[in-house]
Amino acid sequence: MSVDLGMPGVRSQPAATPHDPLRWGPSFPDAARGTLANTQMRANLRHATHTIRDKRLAVTAELPDWEALRDAGSAIKADVMARLPELLERLEESVTARGGVVHWARDAAEANRIITDLVRAAGAREVVKIKSMATQETGLNEHLEAEGIEAAETDLAELIVQLAGDQSSHILVPAIHRNREEIREIFTERMGDAPEGLTSEPRDLAMAARAHLRARFLRADVAISGANLAIADTGTVAVVESEGNGRMCLTLPRTLITLMGIEKVLPSFADLEVFLQLLPRSSTGERMNPYTSMWTGVTPGDGPQEFHLVLLDNGRTKALADEVGRSALHCIRCSACLNVCPVYERTSGHAYGSVYPGPIGAILTPQLLGLGEAHGAGSHDVTATLPFASSLCGACYDACPVKIDIPSALVHLREKGVHADAHPSLTPMGAGMAVAAAAMTSGTRFRWATRLLTLAGRVIPGTRIRRLPFPGSLWTRSRDLPVPPTQTFQDWFASRERDAGRGTGEGA
Amino acid sequence: MSAPDARTEVLARVRAALATTGAATRPGPGPGGGASAGPLPHDDGPGTDGHVPADLRDPHAPGPVPREYRRADRSAPVTPGRLDLFVERLEDYRARVVRVDEGGLRAALVAELRDAGPVAVPPGLPGPWVQALQEEGLELLVDHPDRPLTPAQLDGAGAVLTAARVGIAETGTVVLDAEPDQGRRVLTLLPDRHVCVVLAAQVVADVPTAVDLLGEHPERPMTWISGPSATSDIELVRVEGVHGPRDLRVLVVEA
Ligand code: SF4
Repeated sequence: MSVDLGMPGVRSQPAATPHDPLRWGPSFPDAARGTLANTQMRANLRHATHTIRDKRLAVTAELPDWEALRDAGSAIKADVMARLPELLERLEESVTARGGVVHWARDAAEANRIITDLVRAAGAREVVKIKSMATQETGLNEHLEAEGIEAAETDLAELIVQLAGDQSSHILVPAIHRNREEIREIFTERMGDAPEGLTSEPRDLAMAARAHLRARFLRADVAISGANLAIADTGTVAVVESEGNGRMCLTLPRTLITLMGIEKVLPSFADLEVFLQLLPRSSTGERMNPYTSMWTGVTPGDGPQEFHLVLLDNGRTKALADEVGRSALHCIRCSACLNVCPVYERTSGHAYGSVYPGPIGAILTPQLLGLGEAHGAGSHDVTATLPFASSLCGACYDACPVKIDIPSALVHLREKGVHADAHPSLTPMGAGMAVAAAAMTSGTRFRWATRLLTLAGRVIPGTRIRRLPFPGSLWTRSRDLPVPPTQTFQDWFASRERDAGRGTGEGA
Repeated sequence: MSAPDARTEVLARVRAALATTGAATRPGPGPGGGASAGPLPHDDGPGTDGHVPADLRDPHAPGPVPREYRRADRSAPVTPGRLDLFVERLEDYRARVVRVDEGGLRAALVAELRDAGPVAVPPGLPGPWVQALQEEGLELLVDHPDRPLTPAQLDGAGAVLTAARVGIAETGTVVLDAEPDQGRRVLTLLPDRHVCVVLAAQVVADVPTAVDLLGEHPERPMTWISGPSATSDIELVRVEGVHGPRDLRVLVVEA
């Protein structure tokens, strides 16, 4: 299945490397058109999301106090947001007291610059990395490469994605859009030291990665990590993982640089008892992930002797300023909402055109970028269309371990985006809904629609709700254009495409 | 060092964001915590213009943290049921578990390590364990603080033997906190087999109890281990042992 012409057989997905990790590719409706046509990707995704979903349900059902844990997690996060300045200062103090150095970055460029300078100061030309959403968000790897520093991803999935020149398609299993045959081909072609006769057995592929990376771990002087959380009171930082590549990065190199969004701080060590129950069970569907590492500044004689914590804003304060949208900052990146989302399952992570895909991406990405700020025109702007990448079925809310009310936030952002947009033609709404509406079932839709309509009406005081904008309009639409339950999303989408332009102005 | 202006600006943005929304309505537990304090939305009577009925109020508004979840009694002595659960959950995540009484530990240690090759050990391992291995003629690599083993030496070790700080029954987790009987973090990372001795009295029921205990020394580097290293990144097929030890063996010692 490889291509001749001397071209590499492996083709990147998506084809072009994005220049902005938060906003690449076409708008959601346009991108979805492409990904819906990729049956391999859709089959892989369906299998993955359903498997992880079932595991998650089994291990959350094991805990009689699961709902109480969610309530605690939600309340802790709300408390963190309200006390963020105080907690960040406290964290800085604690980390510094233990021999770490804290840096602050207003945006992605500043974070990348700080990290590049630190790597240079350590005299390193290559670094090892442990999967980090934050460094993906800032496009750190590309930046380092441009500065002549080689960054090796060490998470197996990230390694696959990096070697293939792809973008991640899922927060937890970023290479889920690739199957074993494709991965064998990627390794054979791009790894450089892939063993002769490498088979497509997952074990063989994993062992090839182990051998490939071990030498790099042993010689690395600098590691770059993300953080799942950090404790303000003690300065303790934690990374939750499965493979042990995190432990390698956090233990072997002399210098450790951790990039963390400012919203990841937690008040006290005791809060771990909530998040170390919520996160693994919601994420991989395990009672506990194989490895969790915690470190507090520098420990003489054990692990990195130089520790830098870079605290990143990059739009988080924009989200914080929105009372409803702020809840997107509660996210602990477990990816449970992706695995239950009917729209995500059908369109894949790549359609969202951001390192943050799925339901959480639909509310987080537009806010980090600044909703309604100039990012291109109207319906083709990701910040305007992403909030429509949902059917509002409510499954994400039920799955979310910190009870983020994603449907309400979506409705709120839709309103906000439409109003901030200079073109009140409501095309983003029409375009987005066309993709999202298919997966809805009337029961849940009604439940959310009534509630959300009220919420949407209040979040912009003085807004006159014109003839049922959203989701009321969806009601009307679905009555005009019923979607038979048996019709596949693809068929439905195709028929909508043929019907293009019709009804997109509805609700005005 | 970071540019001081970035710090000031980020903190100013955070404060401004909280002030515009008046969200910091609940002062934090610390003195003067929280930013501005607008009127609490809860203070408004029902039906006040522009306000939301209770059931539609923002569910994300800050308030007291309810901690209604379970927390076992930390001082409750370990029960056979708790140990059984610990063992079952460890095995479920494909660790090998051997249950022994104190008298049987010596033989179990030898049995689990005999065929491994050189065994790395932390500096503060209980004397009788070390003796047992030495008398059996096993080659030991001791990680002295003043003569630490190099990564290459550890990479060449066949196994590592450590104690543990705490075991968590409900999740099948062993936590190491880098004390001298467990050693530096790297010790349990590079050798392919990790043999870990957990005393029954160290096994707690649940995560909150473990966090409570570990919170006595939050500054220690910690490694929470639940089964051997694993990945499911390729078609979700579970493969054990990507980078960490592929072989985790837990000896549970009952008094
Ligand atoms: S929004 Fe909730 S469910 Fe989705 S990734 Fe974040 S924490 Fe997980």
